[in-house]
Amino acid sequence: MPGMGIIRGMGVTLKNFVRAPHTVQYPDRRVGLLGAAKHAGISPLQLVTSNPRQAAKALFGMATVPAKIEQSPRFRGNEFTWYEDRCTGCASCAKYCPLGIIEIVTHPGGIDVQEGESYGIDVFDIDIARCMFCGLCVEACPYDALHMGSQFEKANYLRSSLVISKEQLISNAKRPSSWFRPQFEAQEYNPWKGTIDDHHGAGRHEQPGSKKLTERWVDNR
Amino acid sequence: MPLKTEPLTVNLGPQHPSTHGVFRMRVTFDGELIVDVEPIFGYLHRGSEKLAEERTYSQVVTLTDRMDYVASMLNNQAYILAVEKLAGISPSPRGVWLRMIASELQRIASHLVAVGFLLQDLGAWGTPLTYTMRERERILDLFEMLCGARITNSYLRPGGVFADAPAEFWPALRRLLDDLPSRVDEVDDYLTGNEIIFARTKGVAILTAKQMIGASITGPMLRAAGVDWDLRHRQPYDYYDQVKFNRPLHTAGDNFARYWVRLQEIRESMKIVEQCIDLIEPGPVRPHHDQVPYLVRPPKGDAYVGIEGSKGELGFYLVSDGGISPYRCHVRASSLINLTLLREMTVGSLLGDLFVSFGSIDINMGEVDR
Amino acid sequence: MSEQYLDNSLFRNIYCYLISGSEGCTARGYEAGFLPAGMEWLAFLVTAVVMALVVINLILGGVIGVIWGERRILARFQNRRGPNRWGPFGMLTSVADAIKTMFKEDVLPFEADRVLYTMAPILMVLPVLLVFTVIPLGAGTFIVDLNVGVLFVLGITSLGGLAVMMAAWSSGNRISIFSGLRAVAMLVSYEIPMALALLGILMIAGSMSLGAIIAAQNVPFILVQPLGFLVFFLASLAEMNRTPFDLNEAESELAAGYLNDYSSMKFGVFFLAEFAAELAASALITTLFLSGWRGWDAIPSHAWFALKLVGVMFLILWVRFTLPRFRIDQILALAWKGLFELTLINLVVTAILIGIWPQPTTAQLWAIAAINWVVFFPAVWLVGKVLTTKPYESPSVAPGQSVYPVAVAQIPASSSEGCD
Repeated sequence: MPGMGIIRGMGVTLKNFVRAPHTVQYPDRRVGLLGAAKHAGISPLQLVTSNPRQAAKALFGMATVPAKIEQSPRFRGNEFTWYEDRCTGCASCAKYCPLGIIEIVTHPGGIDVQEGESYGIDVFDIDIARCMFCGLCVEACPYDALHMGSQFEKANYLRSSLVISKEQLISNAKRPSSWFRPQFEAQEYNPWKGTIDDHHGAGRHEQPGSKKLTERWVDNR
Repeated sequence: MPLKTEPLTVNLGPQHPSTHGVFRMRVTFDGELIVDVEPIFGYLHRGSEKLAEERTYSQVVTLTDRMDYVASMLNNQAYILAVEKLAGISPSPRGVWLRMIASELQRIASHLVAVGFLLQDLGAWGTPLTYTMRERERILDLFEMLCGARITNSYLRPGGVFADAPAEFWPALRRLLDDLPSRVDEVDDYLTGNEIIFARTKGVAILTAKQMIGASITGPMLRAAGVDWDLRHRQPYDYYDQVKFNRPLHTAGDNFARYWVRLQEIRESMKIVEQCIDLIEPGPVRPHHDQVPYLVRPPKGDAYVGIEGSKGELGFYLVSDGGISPYRCHVRASSLINLTLLREMTVGSLLGDLFVSFGSIDINMGEVDR
Repeated sequence: MSEQYLDNSLFRNIYCYLISGSEGCTARGYEAGFLPAGMEWLAFLVTAVVMALVVINLILGGVIGVIWGERRILARFQNRRGPNRWGPFGMLTSVADAIKTMFKEDVLPFEADRVLYTMAPILMVLPVLLVFTVIPLGAGTFIVDLNVGVLFVLGITSLGGLAVMMAAWSSGNRISIFSGLRAVAMLVSYEIPMALALLGILMIAGSMSLGAIIAAQNVPFILVQPLGFLVFFLASLAEMNRTPFDLNEAESELAAGYLNDYSSMKFGVFFLAEFAAELAASALITTLFLSGWRGWDAIPSHAWFALKLVGVMFLILWVRFTLPRFRIDQILALAWKGLFELTLINLVVTAILIGIWPQPTTAQLWAIAAINWVVFFPAVWLVGKVLTTKPYESPSVAPGQSVYPVAVAQIPASSSEGCD
């Protein structure tokens, strides 16, 4: 009977019409009265009596609540997380970057850190306008000083503001992603569900003391 | 008295909603009938093969992601297999199983894109496209769990994959495999009996098996004409000889056959993923860096490996001179080779069929131009 | 002069208010009104203008609502939300779109024919607005109840085809003409089934006036004339350039076709005409097939009309967002070989039945409905068979060869002069 295929197709479309929409609204989510009440943690009746303006807005579909996106802990984000006391200025990240966007300028420092002697770092710039967030720099860092971040909102008006300088890297909030850092996953760390307070110990996969380092690199060479 | 008509040459330019990327065609019409088609491409050429000579073997993986950008894992797999053959690396088993799971998921995602956009070109105002994209979103969420990025993955490394799947990956994969068959059945129900799709795609742009073998066309296009040629079956790589799957075949070789074959292959890929989940065993996913260093230095020589990509035989030919970068990296791009018979396919049909036929080849301009 | 219009409740309300205030049109009431005696012609004029303005503004406001509703419904079919940001539930999005359209640059292409180029959108939107003058929006609410209402509607919608041709030709580039010619071929072909499908209804109702057709629908005509409904529905989808017949707007083929060179408010007027046409077609189908404003007295008749209108619009949108589009030769084949035959079958059956029962009562209407439904399924099956017979089946076409009559070998080899 001609037309049966079309009717069946229209049945499928109708079935999808009544399904809940799949959209994730970001950054605000439009809510009705029940949603607004749930967000505030009170019952709808209490919302109407306590905050009638908000309740009226919600009834007419004009109220929004902030929304979050589900992100995996391994997400390769936009900003980088840099632990400045572990970085020795070896520039392995700059050498391994396929695009060459990391600029490191150092001077001989004579600074003693846990890993051994470190350079003094003058410039550590990452140009995220051209970065492709492949994470090879993170893969290359031997001291777990550089980690991928978890943000994805870094749009800006000027290209020059898309170059992350050393001061910005130091002062940024540290939300390292667990990409290529199995020690984070062993702790079940999720960058959005808590913080790492003691960032001096965060993400380190071995804790060599200087005695051990001297043994390895000087005595047993 | 015969009517005198004049052919009209129109440039369907690089900016066009239906050309799957930047692709230009100069088409000569006689009324509505297509008399000549001249494809012009190269608008997306980024010099990937030359850039690969400046990058180390692990850095080239990031370049391969961006060639066929809807099937990144498959590009990675083809390249890594070539590196392993060149350097004589034997991969770790768990890494191989994981990369098979990733490849088959990526094949499902790529075919969902192909089917969705074919139906969009047919004019169904985006509804089947959103259904297939909705399923693809779940696969991309799984990829985000695996490697932190949804499309440009760079998940594979010489010898395996770079990291094991996190704990939340397996239940999510299980949920996807439970839901996906019913959704694919829904798309099938919606469209495979539709009279309009029959009228538009059956008997149009027929390519016979002889023509296609003569032009070295592979992939779902070849299987739509009845030739049982699938590299996972004929020249098994990874552990494809340990899993059982069918190759859906259709004999007509027209647009409908190509669409149908891709839809059935989604089901077959789901079966492969199920078997991989059963057969995978714990272990390291990558050889230790004492055996396979991060900077691979293959001995002098060359190697070619072709895998069954989502669009056909995707091959990498690598030449090594003993250094940390390939001396030459050439890609046998399946989309480019599938495109060679465009003229034979479309000449003689009407304008309305041009983009449908073009979409049924399922090309990706990133792979055509590299 | 105006007494004959007094059973039009909209007219009566305004006219009598002007003449005699709140007393209504009584003899005593003339003193309480606005106008002195002898100036009834002014009252008539003012009433006519007010009615026209009310209806036109209703339509234009309705179009804003239709655009919003269509985007929300489309989104729900596609498992997503529609626009929900501007205004309550996103209702001001269309207003924002209209303002944006007005601020764009108004382009006049170099090779365009200025007069035709500017007149085409106007000619496109006029017929659609004029259709609403004869449609009753509720009990007694209409502008005029022409006794050739159906003929008027059919005639005036043909002007849409002329507007398309003007738009295509005056844009002055090949792609517009290409697309415009296809569009005109389609529009002209579908006017015939559209007209013939209504002949059955005219026979049953006995009059061409839309008010009389509504009065005759003791059983809604969708049940009495299923073939007529199917044909009229498909033909009006084609006249509105809706999927599955929307090859003019086929962005995936020729990127907006004959509307390529229109921008800013001229394009806005075309856009408005398209959605107003959807509203008009739904209103027509409601009036002709679903018994217009008639219904149980629980809710007012205007509400019944609105409900049925929304139902028909939902059906149009449902079909639009489910089906892919046809190719031009398939569209023309469907019109001439498919729908035309269905209308002839419908005409013959209905003529025989009306010959037996002229002026049918309700029970006879049910009998006519039953017989028509019995004829419906074999007729559709037969037409399906006719349409799927390949026209180019000849012994010289081997299996595996293309269905088109031109073999690839006959096409001359391409002479490529190299890339440029």
